[in-house]
Amino acid sequence: MTVQPNTYRSGPDERGFFGIFGGRYVAETLMPLILSLEEAWTAAKADPEFAAELKVLSKDYAGRPSPLYFAERLTEHLGGAKIYFKRDELNHTGSHKINNTLGQILLARRMGKTRIIAETGAGQHGVATATVCARFGLPCVVYMGATDVERQKPNVFRMKLLGAEIVPVTAGAGTLKDAMNEALRDWVTNVESTYYLIGTAAGPHPYPEMVRDFQSVIGEEAKAQLAEAEGRLPDAVVACVGGGSNAIGLFHPFLDDTSVAIYGVEAGGKGLEGDEHCASLNAGRPGVLHGNRTYLLQDDDGQILEGHSISAGLDYPGIGPEHSHLKDIGRVTYVPATDDEALEAFQLCTKLEGIIPALEPAHALAHVMKLAPTMDKDQIIVMNMCGRGDKDVFAVAGHLGMDI
Amino acid sequence: MTTTRIDRKFAALKAEGRPALVTFITAGDPGFEAGLEIVKALPGAGADVIELGMPFSDPMADGPAVQAGGLRALKAGQTMVKTLEMVRRFREGDDTTPIVLMGYYNPIYSYGNERFLKDAKDAGVDGLIIVDLPPEADDELCLPAMEVGINFIRLATPTTDEARLPAVLENTSGFVYYVSITGITGSAAPDADAVGRAVGRIKAKTDLPVAVGFGVRTAEQARAIGAAADGVVVGSAIVDTIRASLDAANGATAETVPSVTRLVSALAEGVRSARLQDA
Repeated sequence: MTVQPNTYRSGPDERGFFGIFGGRYVAETLMPLILSLEEAWTAAKADPEFAAELKVLSKDYAGRPSPLYFAERLTEHLGGAKIYFKRDELNHTGSHKINNTLGQILLARRMGKTRIIAETGAGQHGVATATVCARFGLPCVVYMGATDVERQKPNVFRMKLLGAEIVPVTAGAGTLKDAMNEALRDWVTNVESTYYLIGTAAGPHPYPEMVRDFQSVIGEEAKAQLAEAEGRLPDAVVACVGGGSNAIGLFHPFLDDTSVAIYGVEAGGKGLEGDEHCASLNAGRPGVLHGNRTYLLQDDDGQILEGHSISAGLDYPGIGPEHSHLKDIGRVTYVPATDDEALEAFQLCTKLEGIIPALEPAHALAHVMKLAPTMDKDQIIVMNMCGRGDKDVFAVAGHLGMDI
Repeated sequence: MTTTRIDRKFAALKAEGRPALVTFITAGDPGFEAGLEIVKALPGAGADVIELGMPFSDPMADGPAVQAGGLRALKAGQTMVKTLEMVRRFREGDDTTPIVLMGYYNPIYSYGNERFLKDAKDAGVDGLIIVDLPPEADDELCLPAMEVGINFIRLATPTTDEARLPAVLENTSGFVYYVSITGITGSAAPDADAVGRAVGRIKAKTDLPVAVGFGVRTAEQARAIGAAADGVVVGSAIVDTIRASLDAANGATAETVPSVTRLVSALAEGVRSARLQDA
């Protein structure tokens, strides 16, 4: 393909690579499926009817566009740059995940698939998948680490109400990567009937590209909304990164606006000096897992490590391959925020803005709290408030030593 | 590339008129020394080719038995360095039985592809089966492996259609591994007739031997599959047998090696009788 020299937005190449990252490292059983998925995705992208159908659902079912909100009291409190929240927590199902599941369920239907499987960590993607499966009358199986089933009970119950079958995965530490392994085992066993609805911008090509494109509505809207509100681009955009789907969705439309500083905030857990974090970009090294080459938390022998984060949505030991590329070429700055910093941001946002954030975007907010005071008052930060915190109140109560 | 132990073994068995028994165990399950004793005992019990699993924390294509075997090995401290050391120790007493390392790409990538191929060749490795390296990634490990004289054995599956088969076969050497089911290792039993047709389809396109695995557990199945295939791969059943022989702390017992050799002997009987009825 022709690489456009002046763009950061041309990836992936025809083999699914962003620089050295990405690709299609999957078992042969899955390879024909991945290729037919790519074919279906390429056809869907070029079909105005697909875009039109998605647009109607996004508006009437998911509630897009999500507002861009000026967080006035937080701005005052921090005393620096103006802070805007992109309110993707107001979407149907409470997070950005619905943007992707709506797109992929339409694709699955086009492909004639009759059964949907998904993995989930915090349960947000599981809920979003169970939701669209209910909407389109397709059976849904969600693989979820047993540890996560325990710490995300409200979402487990929501998925069950929506008609999904939840399979707790006890392998490994029972978190997101183990759920993804098990989903891949299901897929390899049920290749004919089943569509694997991956929730983050990772996995084999074309998933990273496809999920990014479905999530890019976040950045496109934010750009237009800020242009209307302020008549200009932001100076910085900030999002949390686990697998990285909300972040790539916000970042991608801004990549070529080089005046915009871009920050991805990783789960720093209990600090990067120990093992209890999930900062694959800051503390990992390149490897191959779940169908793509990307930065991974791994030991010296190439065994994948279990990440830790207070947030079940961020404790994935990998990261979407485009983020790995954006790190290496220096376009995006990836920084950690610790569990404690995220908890503090969670409480501050709730008290000052009346918005209970999910623990995932609380990490992004923790970085905004560091960044805003260093910037001028006429500068602007846009942060993706990618999920609401209702699901986290029990966990937060536990961390704060409160009984509810 | 020059002929390898794999080529010579399959040629010899073809002359004998019987399929190969290919046995899989995970390197270092249940521990390094016990694992080495098991590997050393396999040829005497009737194994023609040894597949040695390189344990990995995230074995996406494996069923519960092989997953558990890998975890036992990792818990016992197995590493890539030790796996290659195990091959070297085995080679001190056996220079003919082919050894194929099977596993996932990341531990190799982490070790360093070039360093890995050199050390594997030096240790006496004959072939590689890397589950998550499809033909699309041949330039990463498959072609360099061929250059150092290590066979890169490709998996063909029920989803590998006519259009894709040539790509799968293109840089394959040693043998072709036909995965008899769509699924993970050790799950559903394969249908011998369907397998026979698939093997015929592959053999129409290649002169390489075709071995069949995933789901073969008993001597009877080995006999049925071996009627059409050039090799029968048994993995999960052996790994399960190892597990059943262990003590409460997952350590080897006096029963570990004998229970494995009993199973392998029975499987070898099955394989050796595979062509008798047809003859």
